[in-house]
Amino acid sequence: MSAIVDNHAHDHGHDHHGAHHSPYGGIMRWITTTNHKDIGTLYLWFSFIMFSIGGLMAVGIRLELFSPGLQVMDPDFFNQLTTMHGLIMVFGAIMPVFVGFANWQIPMMIGAPDMAFARLNNWSFWLLPFAATLLVLSFFMPGGAPGVGWTLYAPLTVQMGIGMDLTIFAIHLLGMSSILGSINIITTILNMRAPGMTLMRMPLFVWTWLITAYLLVAVMPVLAGAVTMTLTDRHFGTTFFNAAGGGDPVLYQHIFWFFGHPEVYIIALPGFGVISQVIPAFSRKPLFGYASMVYATSAIAILSFIVWAHHMYTVGMPVTGQLFFMYATIIIAVPTGVKVFNWVATMWKGSLSFETPMLFAVGFLFMFTLGGFTGLVLALVPVDIQLHDTYYVVAHFHYVMVAGALFAAFAGIYFWLPKWTGKMYNETLGQIHFWLTLIFFNMIFFVQHFLGLAGMPRRIPDYPLMFEAWNKISSIGAFGMGLAQILFLYIVLDCIRHGKPAPQRPWEGADSLEWTHLPTPVPYHTFETPPVLK
Amino acid sequence: MSLKAENRRLSRRLAVVAVGMFGFGFALVPFYNQICAALGINSLAQPDVVANTQVDFSRQIVIELDSNAHNLPWRFKPLVSHVTVHPGELATVEYEIVNVRGAAVTGQAVPSYGPQHAGEYFKKLECFCFTQQTLAAGEVRRMPVTFVVDPRLPKGVHTIAVSYTFFEVAGRGGKS
Repeated sequence: MSAIVDNHAHDHGHDHHGAHHSPYGGIMRWITTTNHKDIGTLYLWFSFIMFSIGGLMAVGIRLELFSPGLQVMDPDFFNQLTTMHGLIMVFGAIMPVFVGFANWQIPMMIGAPDMAFARLNNWSFWLLPFAATLLVLSFFMPGGAPGVGWTLYAPLTVQMGIGMDLTIFAIHLLGMSSILGSINIITTILNMRAPGMTLMRMPLFVWTWLITAYLLVAVMPVLAGAVTMTLTDRHFGTTFFNAAGGGDPVLYQHIFWFFGHPEVYIIALPGFGVISQVIPAFSRKPLFGYASMVYATSAIAILSFIVWAHHMYTVGMPVTGQLFFMYATIIIAVPTGVKVFNWVATMWKGSLSFETPMLFAVGFLFMFTLGGFTGLVLALVPVDIQLHDTYYVVAHFHYVMVAGALFAAFAGIYFWLPKWTGKMYNETLGQIHFWLTLIFFNMIFFVQHFLGLAGMPRRIPDYPLMFEAWNKISSIGAFGMGLAQILFLYIVLDCIRHGKPAPQRPWEGADSLEWTHLPTPVPYHTFETPPVLK
Repeated sequence: MSLKAENRRLSRRLAVVAVGMFGFGFALVPFYNQICAALGINSLAQPDVVANTQVDFSRQIVIELDSNAHNLPWRFKPLVSHVTVHPGELATVEYEIVNVRGAAVTGQAVPSYGPQHAGEYFKKLECFCFTQQTLAAGEVRRMPVTFVVDPRLPKGVHTIAVSYTFFEVAGRGGKS
């Protein structure tokens, strides 16, 4: 924990005369950069662009669902939109945004000069734009983008056009980028901490990323294997998933969800880390139960490997299997409950203030817990068989992905933006952004619980008349949520261009190394000599 | 050891883990098949073992026969559309395929049942679906299915629809 660091003023001289960037200017600076802060910035902007593209697709989906019947697009294109919205948001927006945080923050939080492998870091990032291009290009192929759902279930994937192959290669590239990035992060955290920064003194954000990176190294290759099998089934006469040749489509689901469930925590854990930095800072108290947070995070990561089949209760597995996966899934509520308890206990009797990062963190706490509860409902076999593939599931995972991961990302951006840019964002606009996002988010997804309970299936562009009212509310919410993110872009640009200079420590409760040992804005090179920790 | 060497060593180890996990994805394939075989689930293409052949004359079950050829140049149909059997009684039905393409074609039949849960009570002792079938150009073949309906079939089931679908096995016996 970093509450014990040396708080005295430091000699920052060596930091200042190192404040230059690479010999190249303009675009070449960004292509050739090996600086962790530059690469972090690249990741963050990349994920914002993908977030906008994925968001536009979501608006398209909601536009079609505004009224029953088919209005704007044909069903095939609707399926392509739902598929690509999922893939782009998961692999293009949410995962890179947290890798961006990791790049900016991990070296500064552990007192390292940069990531362990700076050039590899550059390459990990620059694989992403190519992968994203392949994904978007698939729309312009004959047959369009794959319309199989982001889970890419066989045997439908075997029948898709060439867009499917582009998607498979994009996933290979994305996986490679994640694995290289993770190896880099693990090596940095384990080998490059400042003297005195023991593992159990690391800020919790660093801990959650260490565990996430291990998960990524373990499961991204499994996804790569699954899509490789799909590729060879499509083109090289293998029959992994083709029943006619002795294969089994259910096998694909097992392999995919062996990746897919840890993936859920890959998305959630770094968000937990951000929240664990923000809540203590605005409660002006150290994090409650630091050690139990570390153990709970590890427990979640380990349990995530034995619960995958709760995504596939309806494939006809033996009842013993269903019971095992049901109990294992419910057990995950225990370490997750520990975390939520600790966050609330941190706020208990704290001197709370509610600036934008804290608003997003508290919003996260409420909404994520709600998403966790619907997750428990879906973990129950008899209930899930009823709700499988309905809008209840859509509502559940958007509560954990959007109100969980995305809110955590917003909290982190508002929290560290003054440190990164040296300027304050507009607090009033930030708070308006929070309230708009919160209200419109609930407008979109809260009503989808009702639709799911009433039996509206997901991934279908049409619905019976009785579902119209809730769908209208949901669609209006989606349009509002989209517009609110334009405000977010404006706030960030306004902060960078015209923001008032930020004080050295804009949040007096924040106490990790980047706040206590580095000037604001942070210089280009930091901690070339490791800081002294007592 | 210097930091650089230590970093390299750790990254190599992690890379080995990543490569190993890529292999693990493929290892799940035989693992899955073994588990299914051990638990006796998903065994569509294996002969069933029938222990008790006592016939239950108090019940009659209608077996409706259906056939489909999925993108295959075959005419595929049962010789009778339905048979009536007692549970526990050994019965045989015949199907006929005609290969109408001017080249040899290989296909594999996959059975399915309606209602779905009746499938586990429909015990096949012999079936053309246990092996791939290769038909020469214009060949006509009659193939039997020998089966017993398990007397433990739930009381509410009076009709079982048995449907076979032939899929082409690409790359064997001349693809068009």
